Amino acid sequence: MTVYFMCAVLLMMGLYCLVAKKNIVKKIIGIVIMEYAVNLYLITIGYKKGGVAPIIEKTTSPELLERFVDPLPQALVLTSIVIGLGTLALMVSLVIRLYEKHGTFDMSQISKLRG
Amino acid sequence: MENIAPQLYTLLVFMVIGSIVAVETKNLLSAVISVSAVGFALSVAFLFMGAPDIAITQLVVEVLVLIILIRGTILLDNTAVETHRDTLAVVASLIFFGLLLGFGAMIFGSKGFPEFGEPLMRVSRVYVQTGLPATHAANIVTSVILDFRAYDTLGEVTVLFTSVIGALALLRKDGKVREEEVASV
Repeated sequence: MTVYFMCAVLLMMGLYCLVAKKNIVKKIIGIVIMEYAVNLYLITIGYKKGGVAPIIEKTTSPELLERFVDPLPQALVLTSIVIGLGTLALMVSLVIRLYEKHGTFDMSQISKLRG
Repeated sequence: MENIAPQLYTLLVFMVIGSIVAVETKNLLSAVISVSAVGFALSVAFLFMGAPDIAITQLVVEVLVLIILIRGTILLDNTAVETHRDTLAVVASLIFFGLLLGFGAMIFGSKGFPEFGEPLMRVSRVYVQTGLPATHAANIVTSVILDFRAYDTLGEVTVLFTSVIGALALLRKDGKVREEEVASV
């Protein structure tokens, strides 16, 4: 249970960074931290006590199949991590263009300039 | 590995401290490096929790995240912008934290939600039992990604493709210039 609480603390750290900071790069860092927290939470839900990785070998017995951790969250998180990379590249390219246009990372100054 | 709780808690505390440093430090480059340290700790945590595929992917993606974020910050000369704080934002995130804890206590306190270390395996049991005979994949995770849930993967690949196309369209050098913009310049 404490593990879930720590994941929530990490998520809130990212949300605070996203909401309270004026620097755009800091906002991106907040989004990245929130992604980490959600991925960690999903993998934590699928963990089984004394579990092993769900990979079948020649020596795997039917009793060992019962000790496998949940493969479904792992499969979904695997693509979620890669999608996080793609959206991060999109956000950073937006930030680079905004910096070329306005010459600053400060969100309040960028919204003041208007066009 | 029977009891992973001490290692997991150590890594979690390290991740929380690393994210505090990443959020609060003034220098953008050290913030980026701290968030990467959090990502590498996350990779080790995945390895402890029986997810080697996720750990490898997280490691590779983390290196790329570090490269992309450094490209976004270090080449631009203004790396130390003063960050301001808004009391409204602090209050809002505190309210969100309270709401999350409240609803989380409601959900985790009820009987339906599984404890840590005892997952619901209703769907996954079928995948584990029939994965090797049905798909001939020794790794159950890949058999779920590429066979049982291939349509989900197709949708996620579409999202990835769209975001990469968006990034390429934003970053291209030779774009069209509209006539009114030329006139204003």
